[in-house]
Amino acid sequence: MFVNNDVKNAMAMEERHVIKLSDPDHPVILSTEDLHVYYGKKEALFEGDLEFASNQISALIGPSGSGKSTYLRSLNRMNDRIATVTGKIMYRGVDINQPSIDVYEMRRRVGMVFQRPNPFAKSIYDNIAFALRLRGVTGKHKLDEIVETSLKQAALWDQVKDDLNKSALALSGGQAQRLCIARAIAIKPDILLLDEPASALDPVSTGQLEDTLLSLKEHYTIIIVTHNMQQAARISEYTAFFNQGRVLEYDTTSHIFTNPSVQVTSDYVSGNFG
Amino acid sequence: MNSKTQNKIAIGGLYGIAGLVVLILLALLGYILASGVPQLSWHFLTAPGKAFLKGGGVGIQLYNSFYLLILAMLISFPIALGAAIYLYEYAKDNWVTTTIRTAIEILSSLPSVVVGLFGFLFFVVKLHLGFSILSGAFALTFFNLPLLTRSIEDSLRTISDVQREGGLALGLSRWETVTRVILPAAVPSILTGVILSAGRVFGEAAALIYTAGQSAPALDFTDWNPFNISSPLNPMRPAETLAVHIWKINSEGIMPDAKAISSGSSAVLVIAILLFNFAARYLGKRLYKRLTSA
Ligand SMILES: Nc1ncnc2c1ncn2[C@@H]1O[C@H](COP(=O)(O)OP(=O)(O)OP(=O)(O)O)[C@@H](O)[C@H]1O
Ligand SMILES: [Mg+2]
Repeated sequence: MFVNNDVKNAMAMEERHVIKLSDPDHPVILSTEDLHVYYGKKEALFEGDLEFASNQISALIGPSGSGKSTYLRSLNRMNDRIATVTGKIMYRGVDINQPSIDVYEMRRRVGMVFQRPNPFAKSIYDNIAFALRLRGVTGKHKLDEIVETSLKQAALWDQVKDDLNKSALALSGGQAQRLCIARAIAIKPDILLLDEPASALDPVSTGQLEDTLLSLKEHYTIIIVTHNMQQAARISEYTAFFNQGRVLEYDTTSHIFTNPSVQVTSDYVSGNFG
Repeated sequence: MNSKTQNKIAIGGLYGIAGLVVLILLALLGYILASGVPQLSWHFLTAPGKAFLKGGGVGIQLYNSFYLLILAMLISFPIALGAAIYLYEYAKDNWVTTTIRTAIEILSSLPSVVVGLFGFLFFVVKLHLGFSILSGAFALTFFNLPLLTRSIEDSLRTISDVQREGGLALGLSRWETVTRVILPAAVPSILTGVILSAGRVFGEAAALIYTAGQSAPALDFTDWNPFNISSPLNPMRPAETLAVHIWKINSEGIMPDAKAISSGSSAVLVIAILLFNFAARYLGKRLYKRLTSA
């Protein structure tokens, strides 16, 4: 029966399959048009044209070196000094990939969490509060409140509420990663970009992190790079499959995992890659 | 011979060499301390020197050493910090930075006596600063700057790039990231470097002989007006330091207890430098612990 399906699919296989979104409940908040990224002369991303739905989780999957991080890091211009990025990145109707954009302001709307947890050498409290203070949020009450809500949203509050003045460098990997999420959401971004945020975590912490992301969906649009196919299937609504610097397929997660349109995607998600 | 015995011989050899180094060091330290410590007394550490008679102290030289050290550090630290931040955090790799790096490299390998001669010709003669604390402090700055810049740059390098990206991702500018995220995290290691370089500066003689001068005029420790000639704070007076003093007595000392004074001064110098080193380790570790502990 599986064989039959495979044969049927193979006949209908396309080279490339990228859908446009049309869900009125979750309008497109971020999209890229004809995005190319060059490291020096070397082109690492050949075409990225994806749309992301607001308050949904979108997963970017694909083999190592396929350009997932390159793409993700372009979205909030973290590649500015490293690579040349051409094309459009439309965020709420504005192309944020142009020189006149205030990148610092933009990154406060499009936050990022990295693969390796990177808490600062400060107290847990200050990890969250110091960026706020720099932006003129003062007043202990206000800061206390933001610190508490962000830690609660990141599901870390109960574990650290008595240790807010202790160094963040003493947290475990999973806790540190959730602190980084709390830090990112404390400045109230619109979109949260996460690059393999669970790859340094054990299964229990990973599960907690996934729950956190699912609950954050209510307030934020989430784009997550992951190597863990089950994870993508568990938490995301949409999935993009990257291969060799190209987006080969983009569709709903259920489509990608049960009935992919592109042969390479099918091979990859079923584990017969290469 | 199999690789296991080879390994054993290699390890044995390395242990032997390391042991020899430690032994030489201990013998040297032991000799200096054994001959010097008996000379030490409160009087020796505080009294002014005597040119022809027994029983002079090194109070003024000791004070001069510290004053020069502080001045030199006050001048060189901000410059070194700025240079290191520029080189490591901002500069792209191009011919300008390559030139700067090469210049730092060359400066740091200049023999200190050359730095001293340059200081003599430029600060003492050309700029008419005379043999003075200021000339000495500038010469020490030249001597110290390259080493300190490199040490601060190394401290910045120990802070992982994920910290920088973390700052930028929060919408901080590069400057904010450097000053609010990177520098605080690098403080323990920067401080260690500063103290270690302070030890080097404290013991420096050759760069000072022709700049800060070889005489230690009497100081009036009740007069803190920097414009008075006998004020300890006056930066325009000649100021022989402890290290220069040792060189001076050994080459032309005519007081009857010259040998004892020289041994005593050496012991003071060595003890001070050891203290600098221990302080550097201790403070660095303490600060690091405070940053990281729960
Ligand atoms: N800073 C860089 N300089 C030069 N080339 C780079 C740089 N970062 C990535 N690349 C190259 O760009 C290509 C895409 O890399 P990227 O890191 O985006 O892949 P990825 O899909 O995130 O892989 P992984 O799953 O291993 O994280 C690779 O060929 C990589 O070697
Ligand atoms: Mg990656």
